[in-house]
Amino acid sequence: MEDLSFHHQARSRAGGTRRMAIIGVVASGNLEVLAERVLPETECRLEIKTAAEGFGQVWDAVVADFVERYSPGGLKFSINDGGARPDTVSLRLAQAVRLMAEDEP
Amino acid sequence: MTLDKILTSLFPDGHDVKNDGGVLLGSGTLRSGARALVIGVADRTALGVDEAIRLSGTVLGSIRNGSGPILVIVDSDSQRMSKRDELLGLNEFLAHLAKSLIHADIQGRPTIGLLYGHSAAGAFLASALATRVLVGLPGADPAVMDLPSMSKVTKLPIEVLEEKAKSTPVFAPGLQNLVQLGAVHVTWDDKVSLADQLEKLLGNMGDARDRRDALGKERGGRMKAADIAERVRELAMQTR
Amino acid sequence: MSVTDLEKPSVEQARATSFYEASARARIRLLLDPASFVEFIGPEQREVSPHLKLFDLPEQFDDGIIVGRGSLAGSPVFIAAQEGRFMGGAFGEVHGAKLTGLLRAAKELKSIPVLILFDTGGVRLQEANAGELAIAEIMRAVIEARTAGVKVIGLIGGRSGCYGGGGLIAGCCSALAVSEQGRIAVSGPEVIETNRGVEEFDSRDRALVWRTMGGKHRRLIGGAELFADDTVQAFREAALELLETTAGFGIDTLNAEQSRLEDRLQRFGACRDAVEIWAAEGVADAASVPALPADQFIELADKVRRIARDAR
Repeated sequence: MEDLSFHHQARSRAGGTRRMAIIGVVASGNLEVLAERVLPETECRLEIKTAAEGFGQVWDAVVADFVERYSPGGLKFSINDGGARPDTVSLRLAQAVRLMAEDEP
Repeated sequence: MTLDKILTSLFPDGHDVKNDGGVLLGSGTLRSGARALVIGVADRTALGVDEAIRLSGTVLGSIRNGSGPILVIVDSDSQRMSKRDELLGLNEFLAHLAKSLIHADIQGRPTIGLLYGHSAAGAFLASALATRVLVGLPGADPAVMDLPSMSKVTKLPIEVLEEKAKSTPVFAPGLQNLVQLGAVHVTWDDKVSLADQLEKLLGNMGDARDRRDALGKERGGRMKAADIAERVRELAMQTR
Repeated sequence: MSVTDLEKPSVEQARATSFYEASARARIRLLLDPASFVEFIGPEQREVSPHLKLFDLPEQFDDGIIVGRGSLAGSPVFIAAQEGRFMGGAFGEVHGAKLTGLLRAAKELKSIPVLILFDTGGVRLQEANAGELAIAEIMRAVIEARTAGVKVIGLIGGRSGCYGGGGLIAGCCSALAVSEQGRIAVSGPEVIETNRGVEEFDSRDRALVWRTMGGKHRRLIGGAELFADDTVQAFREAALELLETTAGFGIDTLNAEQSRLEDRLQRFGACRDAVEIWAAEGVADAASVPALPADQFIELADKVRRIARDAR
């Protein structure tokens, strides 16, 4: 297992009012993303525990692209990764932001 | 300890427990003069549909016509692994046996398991682990999962598993691990009369509650189970 | 917005969603009344297994089971759902304790039923002792809850089926609904083959697996009360029906179950294959059963065997 951590400035606050959302499952080639609205509005953090070691640079690129595209300000993402491919990671992150954009149920 | 020695030491005033193809059925006279129902599995026999239905039938018959505690004496294999047993619904037969024992215990027929040999998996759940108090006798050798099978699934060499087992009781076979987790309440000394130890236990059974998670916490073997269960219970109780 | 407006999209979605394919969270969301679910110790609490680290394995924030309360057709229910894709839905210390706690509350409250959405291979090997013990505690808690008058309904239709100790817990429930994919057994196909050889059971023969352990066979021998099509809506409707029709629990239940199982052993004990059992049960074209669509199978099963609702 390897722990990775990324901290970004986001252009703007992520939409919606939900405080928490979870998506995905920890399995081979899959991951779970827990999103929480706990940070100042222009900050974004990702804490990753991954079963696939040595992919820090790939994560760095995927995360930077995600922050650029979705501007998830105020959100902290905690990720348990079972060795997912970058496209799966991007998909789950996007799904998590979309869930957070809903109103509090 | 051998089965004969155990039965003789448990019931110096006599018993009529028969071993029929690994299925133990009968009763014994307690120190108090009362009778105890005895059921069980011997000779490391696998627990299949045919064995389970006889054991549950005997427990239910005793609920109808008997009284006193129920002893479940176990040296079994795991559940019988066969196409026939699964075809016939082994899960129902094993659950039915466990249900009968748990029901008896709740309804005032205290259940005591006596593990004197092996047991594993579904057979363990349906017999010894379905009692209120489980006693380990010297030589008891339970194994929820043996290390070779575990090695196959986890793809870790047995030596690595053995090394890991030194730091935690949570996965490796053995009586002491199950004591630490709270599954086995007490171990008895085979140099002392088992009848005396049984008499003492019967006088100290407490109420018909499952305290195994609390015991596991006290003994440092399962640090999470009791707290998690209690937290969920409390949250759920606010549903009213 | 009226209640029906709110419910409509959910019902349509539940009809269109395969129970087998859905995640545990999606199953709960679509099975219960819209937005009624409240989770106990949710993923944000990060109560992960303390034992997976030792094996350098990834954790999941809910340890593979979701427990909470919600409502079903307006009435309160407790619900637990296993995620069969995380570690095969297997029982570990935390995973099991969440269900135990839920059942203990149900026992005390007496009036709120419990739905268990099984999806499990049995005990989690990396914490085998704790998992086995958790299953023993759950079995005890199910029986104590039922003794207090609580209905405990099992729903089985997930990818991991309902194996090992999961099969024993299922056998302790008040009633079960199962889909064709929802296999119920103690020993899995691979376990039997590994221990007894391929002559005893060929785990790669999927047709053999389905007809020996699958939902149709369980329904036909009385191992499950209801057969459900593989949609979340079908399981919702099955749960409602079982809550309505399930009897209480006591010595009469156990005596009736003893007779039911003795009768099964006597009638089918010499059968070598499920097809023989179905034929002996009175199914005219037993060999065609595996290929029957759900609605036709339900019709057939209802004709062949009325399930006793007081013998589990």
